[in-house]
Amino acid sequence: MTLRPTTVQELQEAIPTQERWLPRGGGSKPALSTPRAGQAVLDMTGLRGVLEYDPGEFVLVAQAGTPLIEVEGLLAQHGQYLPFDPPFVEAGATLGGTVAAGLSGPLRQRYGGVRDFILGVKFVDGEGNLIKGGGKVVKNAAGFDLPKLMVGSLGRLGVLTEVAFKVFPFPKATVTLRVSLGSLEEAIQTLYALACSPFEFYTLDLEPSPARLILRVGGLGQALPLRIERILGFLGTSRAVERLEGEPERQYWREIGQLQWGAGHLVKVPITAKQISALEARLPMGERRYLSAGNLLYLRWPGEIAQLDQLLRSQGLSGLVLGGGEAAHLESPRIGVDCSQAFGHRVTQALDPLSRFAP
Amino acid sequence: MTASATLAELLADLARILPKERFLTEAAQLAPYESDALTAFRARPCAVVLPQTSEEVVEIVRTCARHKVPFTARGSGTSLSGGSLPVEGGVVIGLNRLNRLLRLDPNERIAVVQPGHINLRVSDAAAPYGLYYAPDPSSQPVSTIGGNLAFNSGGAHCLKYGMTSNHVLGAKVVLPTGEVVELGGESLEGLGPDWLGLFVGSEGLMGIALEVTLRLLPKPEKYHTLLAAYDALEKAGDAVAAVVASGLLPGAMEIMDNLAIEAAEAAVHAGYPTAARALLIVELEGEAPQVEAEAEQLSRVIERSGPYEVRVARDAEERMKIWKGRKAAFSAVGRLSPDYIVQDGVVPRSKLGRALAEIERLSQEHGLRVANVFHAGDGNLHPLILYDGKVPGELERGERLAGEILRMCVRLGGTITGEHGVGMEKKEYMPEMFAEADLEAMRRIRRAVDPLELSNRGKMFPGGEAPAVTAHGAHPLEQAGVISRE
Repeated sequence: MTLRPTTVQELQEAIPTQERWLPRGGGSKPALSTPRAGQAVLDMTGLRGVLEYDPGEFVLVAQAGTPLIEVEGLLAQHGQYLPFDPPFVEAGATLGGTVAAGLSGPLRQRYGGVRDFILGVKFVDGEGNLIKGGGKVVKNAAGFDLPKLMVGSLGRLGVLTEVAFKVFPFPKATVTLRVSLGSLEEAIQTLYALACSPFEFYTLDLEPSPARLILRVGGLGQALPLRIERILGFLGTSRAVERLEGEPERQYWREIGQLQWGAGHLVKVPITAKQISALEARLPMGERRYLSAGNLLYLRWPGEIAQLDQLLRSQGLSGLVLGGGEAAHLESPRIGVDCSQAFGHRVTQALDPLSRFAP
Repeated sequence: MTASATLAELLADLARILPKERFLTEAAQLAPYESDALTAFRARPCAVVLPQTSEEVVEIVRTCARHKVPFTARGSGTSLSGGSLPVEGGVVIGLNRLNRLLRLDPNERIAVVQPGHINLRVSDAAAPYGLYYAPDPSSQPVSTIGGNLAFNSGGAHCLKYGMTSNHVLGAKVVLPTGEVVELGGESLEGLGPDWLGLFVGSEGLMGIALEVTLRLLPKPEKYHTLLAAYDALEKAGDAVAAVVASGLLPGAMEIMDNLAIEAAEAAVHAGYPTAARALLIVELEGEAPQVEAEAEQLSRVIERSGPYEVRVARDAEERMKIWKGRKAAFSAVGRLSPDYIVQDGVVPRSKLGRALAEIERLSQEHGLRVANVFHAGDGNLHPLILYDGKVPGELERGERLAGEILRMCVRLGGTITGEHGVGMEKKEYMPEMFAEADLEAMRRIRRAVDPLELSNRGKMFPGGEAPAVTAHGAHPLEQAGVISRE
């Protein structure tokens, strides 16, 4: 069964009518949006539209079902963007789905991820109450930080209806440098050197094989040539560096943001740079990319998800399956080390005592 | 069992955990802990304990839980919202001795510290590696990371870099029930729900952080610090809007009004133009070529905003001098008036002008001077309401004026607190911001985590929670009906 509420009230009234619900936005992450046995679907695309946006405030408020492509289009008209750079824009991802999945993209390197930009939320809890947390200003310390709590909550704590974000001006000019390195180890050492340097990167991505760092630099056009020169000097003359600008650069990043890598599961793995070598030693060839100075891995896993589950456990890592393969039939999209703890159980119980949003 | 028997048993159990010199029960020993930086509130704890290890903290919390006695964790006691005010008759857990830097990994750019570690020391320790810890509340030379975390402290750089919660990656926490959990980790990314995000800023209501993993940033290569003097407060506010509209994203934008300038100048001789009605400080930071290009753009924007004087710091020393005046402004206001109340409401940046005009009107209406020092970049006001506690009625007038300013902030689309937290001071204003269903959801979370409401009982929620275990009589201000501790 699927219900597509078009008002918050309709949503609130619907909650008690089913034992188990799965909220869904654009369906761009099938492993998270395909109902399991007994789950009815709340199609949130009926609650869409930007509610408030004053470019001078750097704040945007929208209904949770608003497609990212609509938001990004509006922001771009004013030279602004979502600095956490959500993926799956063209696949129809929504703001609410992005928050619930807790997903950020390459540009998170510069100013932070989705948790760093969410300012406010409204959501409907497991008993149909409409709850507001946070606010609509860029600085706020009143009450519990429910907006952050919702990041990565996968709909387990409630159904998002409205979100407020801090937004920033997009750099006036950007250049992307693809730097080839001799080995993964060399790439990681170079990544450390760059991440600890005063150079400010909009992206600092690592492709493990062949080992490559992808740097995006942005700012005022007149300062870029000198800045690039200094970075190249820092890297040394022996590197092969490919330079992307203008439309080819935009196209390159648009493709990366879609994370479309063919067959297999697509998995998000939070990680640190120091864990990359050990993991890489055990991963088969395949598409993957480490974002934000080695803090976020998106990988394609061609085999059984149980094997990746074991592999991640052995490395002390956790993962979230987003899609691909038989993702929809997985027991749980969460794999690897189980980080659940008493604090989480109790907060979940408080917001959804009847487990209406349990998988 | 009688209350006094319970208390005696609690004290006996605590005495088994801590040696005498770190277990304070004498009136004279307790007195310094009766209030924090919000001195209008006072409460007498039954004991102050000074643990030196995480294990001791856990034991203390478990002991309090067993005896159902409320406790308050306290760092340096700099809370401006009464956040570390003891619960009357409860236990104060002083964490200043848990002040070690446990680990600093320059490559991964993280520092792991104990809760009593001083904010500024993190940056000191990171400096040899070209790194620093970004959140910079004015209290940073003395305030602790544990307190910063509990109240999600801000500072002057929040528009660009966020608040404390954006710089805390992980925490080991003892819950009010005595269980120990790990929230977050070392990565900038996580899998949700973001439990750590909920814990940070929960004002001590969900337990005590025992170890905190902080994110460090590379120190900017270059700063460009500009000081502009205006003959009207409104012009400074408009200048801020113009800077933002031009696409610049300065690290900090601060405004001080005439009264604040006078005070700061008297205190630290920062060399401010004292005749100014308003001073605007704008600071750009980043890679040198970028900052130099932005500086040109900034000076064009500022020129058009009609300042009568503009100064640019020529070196690190001049920069520090400009900031010294700003950071000293709060304590400096103490020279102008025996007492003051400081608020930290936020308004949308575009409403700054209206908010300031309204504050001026309220100031006249209530017959009290108000100095303004604020983080203009993020709309975070800091009206300092000057009063003399010895003059009958002035404190009450001050409190009323402060309340009206907070209501105005909410009315203009902002918030009652940008960085000091709700604590004791603003809890009665929570309903201005949140509907009953919102507050009830927060209370449900609180009770789920802390069923006996022991951890920092009485903060954040309006109307109070369960009553204190023992009554020692009210503070004179409370008896006078000036403050309430319900």
